[in-house]
Amino acid sequence: MARKDSGSKVDRRKFLTGVAVAGAATAASTAANATTAATAPARLPSALPPTAQTIAAETNVPQAEMNRIGGVAGSDFMVDVIKTLDIKYLPSNCASSFRAIHESLINYGGNTKPEFLTVTHEESAIAMAHGYFKIAGKPLLSLCHGTVGLQHAAMAMYNAWCDRVPVIMMGGNDLDAANRPPGVPTYHSAQDINALVRDFTKWDDTPVSLQHFAQSVVRAYKISMTPPYGPVMISLDAGLQQEPVKHRNGEKLSIPKYTPTSPPQGEMGAVREAAKMLASAERPVIVVDRAARGENGVRLLVQLAEALQARVVDRGARMNFPKTHHLSAGPAAVNNADVVLGLEVGDFWAVMNSYIDNGDHGIGVNETKIKPGTKLITISSVELNTKANYQDFQRFQPVDISMAADAEATLPSLIEAVKAAIPNDRKAAIEKRGEAAKRARGEARARILQEAAIAWDATPISTARLVMETWAQIKDQDWSLVAQSGNVSGWPSRLWPMEKHYHWLGQSGGYGLGYGMPAAIGAALANRDIGGRFSVNIQGDGDLMYTSGAMWTAAKHKIPLLTVMHNNRGYHQELMHVQRLSSFRNRVASLGNDMGPIGTSIMNPDIDYAKLAESMGWWAKGPIKDPAQLGPAIKEAVAVVKSGQPALVDVWTQPR
Amino acid sequence: MIQRMFRVALAALAVSVVLGHGAALAASAEKGKAAFMKYGCWQCHGTQGQGSAITSQGKVLAPDPLPIEGFVAFVRSTNRGMPPYSEKILPNEDLADMHAYLASIPKTKDYKTIPLLNQ
Ligand code: HEC
Repeated sequence: MARKDSGSKVDRRKFLTGVAVAGAATAASTAANATTAATAPARLPSALPPTAQTIAAETNVPQAEMNRIGGVAGSDFMVDVIKTLDIKYLPSNCASSFRAIHESLINYGGNTKPEFLTVTHEESAIAMAHGYFKIAGKPLLSLCHGTVGLQHAAMAMYNAWCDRVPVIMMGGNDLDAANRPPGVPTYHSAQDINALVRDFTKWDDTPVSLQHFAQSVVRAYKISMTPPYGPVMISLDAGLQQEPVKHRNGEKLSIPKYTPTSPPQGEMGAVREAAKMLASAERPVIVVDRAARGENGVRLLVQLAEALQARVVDRGARMNFPKTHHLSAGPAAVNNADVVLGLEVGDFWAVMNSYIDNGDHGIGVNETKIKPGTKLITISSVELNTKANYQDFQRFQPVDISMAADAEATLPSLIEAVKAAIPNDRKAAIEKRGEAAKRARGEARARILQEAAIAWDATPISTARLVMETWAQIKDQDWSLVAQSGNVSGWPSRLWPMEKHYHWLGQSGGYGLGYGMPAAIGAALANRDIGGRFSVNIQGDGDLMYTSGAMWTAAKHKIPLLTVMHNNRGYHQELMHVQRLSSFRNRVASLGNDMGPIGTSIMNPDIDYAKLAESMGWWAKGPIKDPAQLGPAIKEAVAVVKSGQPALVDVWTQPR
Repeated sequence: MIQRMFRVALAALAVSVVLGHGAALAASAEKGKAAFMKYGCWQCHGTQGQGSAITSQGKVLAPDPLPIEGFVAFVRSTNRGMPPYSEKILPNEDLADMHAYLASIPKTKDYKTIPLLNQ
């Protein structure tokens, strides 16, 4: 806040009595000790007592610690606050508006918990945090310039918002107009930096004192980690970071204890009613999207599905339900259902309806897929946190039972209620339903494999071939498909035996390009730390060109990641859109010298992604155009990844 | 739906008038491949007409394309997942060549003979 204070001379007496937790930071080890005490939140009182080092520091500050700012830097206390939250990494691009906390993090905080990861763009930093969370289940913190950096980060924050992923963003800002440095730092200042992302963050704050900062950060962490998860934003005043710690009214600074909020469970009356509906259904179908937060969610979903022998349609925002299970079904399963249960489904309308982008006047046609009278039940925590501006809540779908609750937290009681509601005389029919599902699945599997065989030897390489050549090389690893940008016609989820939650992490959420590579790197970092789990990324070309600089971060921080490119040399979705409109308007699409309509191809010149990756310290090969050469190239890349490095194979592919 | 069937029938009638047996025979697979690229069919159907679960809604054009009459009728009259191509923007001759190209694509192997599909 008050930059004018930053030059004040030390008031030793005030200083000695003013700091409860941060203390005078006699050495980096002070911070480390403080963290150890603070990382077990359950055992902490609501305000942390001073550590032994702090007490020593308060009463006996070595002369050497008396520095030019006249006391302990406010940003040292900020680091103490951050350390209580056990945040492992800080992917960030450096910026002067947070130079003070940057200095504290690496020098006072010892660059651990969090460890600074050098990232070349704020969008990549947030996408890394996004991918990391989906494996680790813990959020990361990122710092940015509150104006220019936050504008770069905004797209990735929107993705995190839509994908219900917690990320803690702090933006440096120089609020005091009378004292901020003129020129660039003034361009980099705003009244309210958080306004930029307010529509797609769960909460934000602008702390004006260090005590306020401590409360804001713990509150932000808590809010972001309460389902539905989401990104949060803290404005970090440059003056506040730089000024020495002061006390107000004799009160010492304290750090509030973080206690996780338990997620909301569906109201029991509604749960029982839903269970009755499901138990008496002839053809119940369960539709899941972000239902499972981890392995526990997958296990619970299997229990529910098996209790009902109900088929499960996984919309794929996470790996919710094992693809190898006999009840795993395609989206058409809802067409014949009499009861549909939706669990954390992003777009429930689209489950029940289809939209054909081709009406007589070039306007889409809406059609209902389900039978009249089909009963619909939803459980979604997102209903607790809907905002007005961005339309991520999708079209309105009327339902019969609606629970604003967390699906995974509600599953245990729903399973119990379903088991209790199944009448004895229905048990045989339910078992028969399971047998029919088994037969249908076997037939579907053979059909899918035969579909994959079409154009097997084609050049450019078919997406089914790309996916299965990759599978052949990774199947013996403890693998994790961390991202899949571009679109490979859903082959991985149709052909790979996805069973574990970490086998598939879902897409970006908001479908903003630039997610794939950095999110894959973030997830690969978490997989590396788990103990060498093998990360694979199927990477679209257009997506990579937004955030290709993220590759350097993977090489710098030795993050092993296999990237196989789905390089169809275009923005293919848009390419089809312009073609569609051209045909509709009875015009031949102008191609220029490219293969797709002008403005949609990425060719002439072709981008050499292998060279791009090599230039940033990756092992790389390609472009591979001959399908026979693909397997051997991926095999080499896998060996590199197993040695701890990132590797990329560029492949020229069919469009989809 | 009825409207759609009516259109297909009309278009099929037109095709049998325009494309005599001779026109179909004279069609060139090589020119057809170029036309398949030029008119953007490859975008949603893949360069060999193999299709995609998403962009062609699982429809496979080759091998074994629809008979020429049905093929032409569909392209001219479709009004659902695929945008229609009128004769103004896609001449009959090019369409016949495309059909010849799709007909020239060899049969798909049985997946059981492809080791990667039997892992
Ligand atoms: C923008 C995407 C798109 C483009 C471009 C496109 N198609 Fe299609 N095509 C589709 C879709 C989607 C379907 C399935 C539609 C349906 O079943 O109603 C389809 C179906 C077809 C069918 C029917 C196949 C069957 O077995 O029923 C034919 C024939 C066909 N397309 C030919 C062509 C030709 C020839 C071109 C180029 C002149 C072309 N398409 C361009 C999307 C496209």
